[in-house]
Amino acid sequence: MTKYRVNKTKHVDQTKTVSFDFDGKSYHGFEGDTLASALLSNGVHLVGRSFKYHRPRGIMSCGSEEPNAICQINEDTNLTEPNVRATEIELYEGLKASSQNCWPSVNFDIGGINNLISPFIPAGFYYKTFMWPKSFWKKIYEPLIRWSAGLGKSPTKPDPELYDHKHVHCDVLIIGGGISGIIASKISAKNNLKTILIEDKNILGGSTIFQKNENYKINDKYSGAWIDEEIAELKKLDNLTIKTRTSLAAYHSYNYLLAKENISDHLPLDKRNGGIRQRLWKIRADKVIVATGAIERPLVFNNNDRPGIMLSNSVKKYLDFYGVSCGFNNVIFTNNDSAYETAVSLKEKGISVEMIDIRKKSNSKIVKNAEKLGVKIYWNSTVVNTFGHKKINSIEIMNLSEDGSNVVGDKNRINCDCLALSGGWTPMVHMHTQSGGKLDFREIDQTFIPKEIDENHINVGSCNGDFELEEIINNTNKKVKNFLKVSETEFDNTSILNSKELDKRNLWLLPNYISEGKCKSFIDFQNDSTAKDIKLALREGFKSIEHVKRYTTTGMATDQGKLSNMHALGIIADTAGVKMGTLGTTTFRPPFTPLTFGSIVGRSVGKFFDIIRKTSIHEWHIQNNAKFENVGQWKRPWYYPIDDEDLHDAVQRESKAARDSAGILDASTLGKIDIQGTDASEFLNRVYTNAWSKLGIGKCRYGLMLNEDGMVYDDGVTTRLGENHYLMTTTTGGAANVLSKLEDYLQTEWPELDVYLTSVTDHYSTASICGPNSKKILTKIFPDKDFSDETFPHMSYQNAKIDEINCRIMRISFTGELSYEINIESKYGKSLWEKCIEAGKEFKITPYGTETMHLLRAEKGFIIVGQDTDGTMTPIDLQMDWIVSKKKYDFIGKRSLYRSDTIREDRKQLVGLLTDDPNEILEEGAQIVSDISKKPIEMIGHVTSSYFSPNLNKSIALAVVKSGKKMNGQKLIVPMENKNINVTVSDSVFLDKENKRINA
Amino acid sequence: MFLINCPYCGERDQSEFSCGGEAHIVRPKQPTELSDDQWAEYLFMRKNIKGVQFERWNHAHGCRKWFNMVRDTSNDKIHAVYKMGEKPPLE
Ligand SMILES: [Zn+2]
Repeated sequence: MTKYRVNKTKHVDQTKTVSFDFDGKSYHGFEGDTLASALLSNGVHLVGRSFKYHRPRGIMSCGSEEPNAICQINEDTNLTEPNVRATEIELYEGLKASSQNCWPSVNFDIGGINNLISPFIPAGFYYKTFMWPKSFWKKIYEPLIRWSAGLGKSPTKPDPELYDHKHVHCDVLIIGGGISGIIASKISAKNNLKTILIEDKNILGGSTIFQKNENYKINDKYSGAWIDEEIAELKKLDNLTIKTRTSLAAYHSYNYLLAKENISDHLPLDKRNGGIRQRLWKIRADKVIVATGAIERPLVFNNNDRPGIMLSNSVKKYLDFYGVSCGFNNVIFTNNDSAYETAVSLKEKGISVEMIDIRKKSNSKIVKNAEKLGVKIYWNSTVVNTFGHKKINSIEIMNLSEDGSNVVGDKNRINCDCLALSGGWTPMVHMHTQSGGKLDFREIDQTFIPKEIDENHINVGSCNGDFELEEIINNTNKKVKNFLKVSETEFDNTSILNSKELDKRNLWLLPNYISEGKCKSFIDFQNDSTAKDIKLALREGFKSIEHVKRYTTTGMATDQGKLSNMHALGIIADTAGVKMGTLGTTTFRPPFTPLTFGSIVGRSVGKFFDIIRKTSIHEWHIQNNAKFENVGQWKRPWYYPIDDEDLHDAVQRESKAARDSAGILDASTLGKIDIQGTDASEFLNRVYTNAWSKLGIGKCRYGLMLNEDGMVYDDGVTTRLGENHYLMTTTTGGAANVLSKLEDYLQTEWPELDVYLTSVTDHYSTASICGPNSKKILTKIFPDKDFSDETFPHMSYQNAKIDEINCRIMRISFTGELSYEINIESKYGKSLWEKCIEAGKEFKITPYGTETMHLLRAEKGFIIVGQDTDGTMTPIDLQMDWIVSKKKYDFIGKRSLYRSDTIREDRKQLVGLLTDDPNEILEEGAQIVSDISKKPIEMIGHVTSSYFSPNLNKSIALAVVKSGKKMNGQKLIVPMENKNINVTVSDSVFLDKENKRINA
Repeated sequence: MFLINCPYCGERDQSEFSCGGEAHIVRPKQPTELSDDQWAEYLFMRKNIKGVQFERWNHAHGCRKWFNMVRDTSNDKIHAVYKMGEKPPLE
């Protein structure tokens, strides 16, 4: 046993040794230790360097508020994790941890040079310094900041562990298993309510569990002993689920909460066996009782950040819970009574302790108790300086002036190896505010406490501002009874012995004889911001707490300012001369403590990350070497390379084959909406720009759909299957949105229309065959059908059968070629496809993908919604005036087509572009200019589609250009990084302007 | 995360719904007879109130029905849900 392990406790099993590594050195601790308690038991305080000045820093607390002891664990394994607080890591055999934010080592740190030049690193340093010269940013400043920031390393290999999500409902959720949470759980579960209690530590009992003080008794027992019995009873209750190692991450509205359960983080790596590491609980609770407790405040004075300076209640917990004394020569610096409990505990174990109290006196029982034990108390005093580089070795104290604004008298030097701070308590109101709750400011002890408004959630215990045992028990009992509508409980007549605190004094920034500019009084330990920084920010004109916070980075670190926010607010209020309650607080946002990405995504990783939609022909595409493209969630064949063809070669071959003989495309992914009802024609009239009433049964028509603002939204061919029956096709990516838009109009604007919409995209597979030989191929597949232009003209459809299976044939074209689309029930899609390939063999039918499809339609100047349009193009801009009905009284977007903005002649309009060098292919997205002599050069448009056309043997492009309609033949320039490409505006139809091929 | 009481399905998690903006903006029956300003008023102008707001919601991953909701945007309290075409509750 090490010399700092001075006390035997039941929480740490001192018969079970656990060995671990810290910064490459081996140590021993015991089962039940945290990494922090084990380090302290070995006398290790120095665990890191501060963020900005790289000052040595030590373990400060024993919980989630820890700002300094931030570690990287299990480095060089794929289980490594940065930013873990040593105070929260349960010790296990073989744990390897190292301090973050120090290079080359915690003892010798190059960044420490920042500490020496610190007068030159004031608030807003980063904003001020790294502004210029601009060229320095990428090469010097950014790497420097990233390197010196050292916020840990993320794993470089995939996470081998599993994460779970679990959805639960309950009557009552209780957050926090301290004394008030235990009381609340017991009342709830015993009154037949389905109750869940979550606690982030591995045991229940909070800070009561290690209490053994004469001044705090419940029913004549030490409060620690009393709570032990309560917990034992609690565990027997049927209605209650207790989840330890489970921390609340977020409290959303309507009592929807997220909690993270650690399942294997406390196990040695070789015992984890690839099981579930963490589980995210998604809880919908009828009622929520928040019992998250309070955090002890530090005190802000000069050099208050040395290793060995800790929070007072943490020193007590290390002693009474873990059996570790943080020092043998302790000084406690306080402004309240609670620190005296630590003094009494130390003194009772024979460990030296002295008190420095900024108050003038206190007559409470616990103070008298300490005095009786011989604890020396320096009243009305403050610490003005601390000494010791890697560990504190002494302090300097002075008396306070009457009003506390200054120090008076002589300096007095006291040796110590641990300085415990107690600045009072801050209720953990994070959960309350996350849920939307507001706060009240309580003047007497300068705390923000929850203002209750929501009838479905309450706060109890010290997170509600009840700090004394008697208040905690009685108020919790009373509030929970009221909340759960319970008339009596076993806690109604609890006898409580308690020390009352009467004399309060709060000074946010302690005065000093040293000038303010030379003091290093830290407020935010993790981000290294000082009282001086905050005052500077105020002098520079920042007023809002949110601005000061960001400018000085106070409260912006991974601890979200758990220790610093109150002091920052207090100092701002004092400096600005306003009342603290009027400033408001900063907003607490989830997560309360950092969440792993694994727990957020759960099982939605790898192939479960997103849905993959495949057509029924997918397997054939794979067997035939297709390369795929993601279109929304669909996998679409992009191109089918033969041998070592690249994209370009394959597309040139496919495109030529489709025009010279026959090509086949899997068009199954196009959205399909079945439209039925007596008003179906009227409905189409209202949603498309063109007229639909006169479309004959068995005919197809291309339609353009606008938004109400007149901009093109979607397009596709719709077929009239019957008097009151249509089949609409949409773009692949737009299918879901089009359906919901149409539903929206039907349900909300035109409920009088008798129309029913059903998505049938997945019901049918579609093979689209195009090219001069397509008719011959169709004739082979459907020998009984007459495919002559007279009986089966362009833009018409017919029913047919293949081996008794019904299918629909549409003669429609997206390529400008003679073309047929065969629709068949999805389950027959692959066999249909194979039949087409078989029948097309003698014509060398060539499967083609989306890239060739895009090229073929570009040759014809057909637009692709979403590629040639971007939500700012009207049909007029697209030179598609022909599709906009002049006769129809109304359709979606009609009125917007003659708003002052949409009739402007200098709008960007769709044109063709031909490069002067026919082999030069433009880049899609490239900017277009007309004049490069005048700076700044005016951008007048951009390229939307660009290809090398094998059928025209030249480069072609579509583009949108301001006033493009009037520019036919005009020379423009596409400036690229290394050259300017000369282009000529042309018609957007490059091939077969007379549309002869469609009836070839 | 709201708990939304769909008038057709009952209480469901917010993730099943999508919000469609301000409610009770009726599409003009004769758009062609409106001036640019009048049309713009319908097309673009939305209130975005801090406080009680009437909104359209769609049970997108459920029954796909549109309905209206009265919600206080300052605290996300839902005061009422009602079907399309029904009169808004008086506030
Ligand atoms: Zn519904």
